Amino acid sequence: MTGMTRRPGFFGRGYNFLILFFLYAPIFVLIAFSFNSSRSRSVWTGFTFDWYKSLVQDESIMNAFYTTIIIAILSAVIATIAGTFAAVGFFSMRKKWRTPLLHINNIPMMNADIVTGVSLAMLFVALGSLLRVNFFGFATILIAHITFNIPYVILSIMPKLRQIDSNLVDAACDLGCTWMKAFWKVIVPEIMPGIINGLIIAFTLSVDDFVISYFTAGGNVMTLPMKIFAMTRRRISPEINALSTILFLTVLAMLIIINVREARQEERLKQSQLMLNR
Amino acid sequence: MTKELIRLSDCKVAFDGDVVLDNINLYINDKEFLTLLGPSGCGKTTTLRIIGGFLKPDSGDVFFDGARINDVPPHKRLVNTIFQKYALFTHLNVFENVAFGLRVARPDDKKIDKHEISHRVIEMLEVVSLKGFEKRDVSSLSGGQQQRVAIARALVNKPKVLLLDEPLGALDMRLRKDMQNELKQIQQSTGITFVYVTHDQEEALAMSDTVVVMEGGVIQQIGTPEDIYNEPKNAFVADFIGESNIVDGIMRSDGVVEIFGRKFKCLDSGFEPMEPVDVVIRPEDIDIVSPGKGKLTGTITGITFRGVMYDIIVDFHGFKWLIQTTDLCQVGTEIGIQIDPDGIHIMKKSRFSGMYGDYSSYSAEYDDIGDAEHEYEPEDEDEA
Repeated sequence: MTGMTRRPGFFGRGYNFLILFFLYAPIFVLIAFSFNSSRSRSVWTGFTFDWYKSLVQDESIMNAFYTTIIIAILSAVIATIAGTFAAVGFFSMRKKWRTPLLHINNIPMMNADIVTGVSLAMLFVALGSLLRVNFFGFATILIAHITFNIPYVILSIMPKLRQIDSNLVDAACDLGCTWMKAFWKVIVPEIMPGIINGLIIAFTLSVDDFVISYFTAGGNVMTLPMKIFAMTRRRISPEINALSTILFLTVLAMLIIINVREARQEERLKQSQLMLNR
Repeated sequence: MTKELIRLSDCKVAFDGDVVLDNINLYINDKEFLTLLGPSGCGKTTTLRIIGGFLKPDSGDVFFDGARINDVPPHKRLVNTIFQKYALFTHLNVFENVAFGLRVARPDDKKIDKHEISHRVIEMLEVVSLKGFEKRDVSSLSGGQQQRVAIARALVNKPKVLLLDEPLGALDMRLRKDMQNELKQIQQSTGITFVYVTHDQEEALAMSDTVVVMEGGVIQQIGTPEDIYNEPKNAFVADFIGESNIVDGIMRSDGVVEIFGRKFKCLDSGFEPMEPVDVVIRPEDIDIVSPGKGKLTGTITGITFRGVMYDIIVDFHGFKWLIQTTDLCQVGTEIGIQIDPDGIHIMKKSRFSGMYGDYSSYSAEYDDIGDAEHEYEPEDEDEA
């Protein structure tokens, strides 16, 4: 095997570096200039936290920040609960039904955000005129975020369900549990790593989302990505750099957590399979 | 000793139109070690799942201690199960796995207090030689140790019946033999009724009081291990349990059967005169004599050394027999054979006649492939 993998040569390494440079250079420039003391976007004049301070002082930005966090937490929690039940439901179906339904579950993830956003907006408009209320705002963003989060939660839980012993529920029932008790005492703890991964992914996607929020927000509520977009249209200020940096670091932290968790779980699974064969 | 505990009457199960169990009638006595034996897909696991309550028969009744229990869910049955791949709870440690059934208060029990739970779990871990493993993660245990946790987790609830679904299937040969003895010992010392599912005929013969041989969703024979081996009911049972030569014969009269035109004395009776029958001759019941002295004369076409004895293949009139002998023979030699009357067993013709018991294609290699197939083929159709 080791003969197959050759270490990259000079050109290989140079090529890799070039790719990473184009991917990350803009972000590093952004982060660097969020600490630049002048409004200039080309000259470095000195280090400052001023732009971060003015962010905190700007009420509309802080409102957008709170909205984003609250929607992210609520939509992640609700989507995780709904997605967990859905995943268990899918899993206990016969294969004949499970496979097509899982494919249907995957479609919204591949769907263009703008299509999801516009179609949700149309739905809310239609519902609003039917019920004669305009409920665009916090609630519609929340519903939209729950909607696009659920498939990801299901996707992160399914592999955990596949890993558990097919007789596990039977074993719990055999030992005195009703089906519902077996669900809480055995299935949920066994798939907990998947549930938590799903929760973090849902939170991250919600914080990250711009397009769907933009179409479902109506006029009064703004999330952080929407706020950044609005600011770029009025005047280009270094505060945008600071805000984008915060957003980038939040998402980065979440992604690191997810990846570390998954790597650990894989390691543990490998180890237990190794033990079983002894 | 012979009080009836479980009865299945006319149980039928079909999955998507495929009949998996076809009118099973079976009773299991209290304190009995009963084995359901058969190849993959014969319905043995399905039968076990009916007793455990994980599956309702499409028709037919299940009785426990005289009461009909078709609609009693698994958690209300006085039955515990050891599952094929153990089905341990990986999020709990060894102690909590074993304590699981005690912590879940059953509707008919009072809640068991902490001290008693701890006492019973520790006692049970001692029985399965896992004392000191309480805090260990179950996924850090070896296959044999996980097996023991599964046994302790089931037995700690003091069930009336323990169901075991191929519990030793994942263990290697050596460990399996040890665990066979241990399970038998646990069964005798606790007096719990064991219903054991396996495809391994040696395991079934070594451990059971009663063996139930199944094939195609139908019970082929029920009997003690000796009965099943010595008096198989049809060609399937004769072939599945041990090695057998099965040849066509004609019953001339009570105690006399004709094979290849020669009359042999036997102990069987009750057949019509001139009735065509299947004749079973076990390879170890055939005596080799010099060609002139034997009833039949044949030529040795193959020899395999088996350690204790040789397997030799002998050609009689184009039909190849397997004979087990400790005598050293040479390929190509002509030999005569003698069979004592108690070495011949007569069976009625069945749908299995002519399907088994011919060693024409026999070779040591072929034998191994056949075994491997039995070992690794999971019973998919039963899990649907």
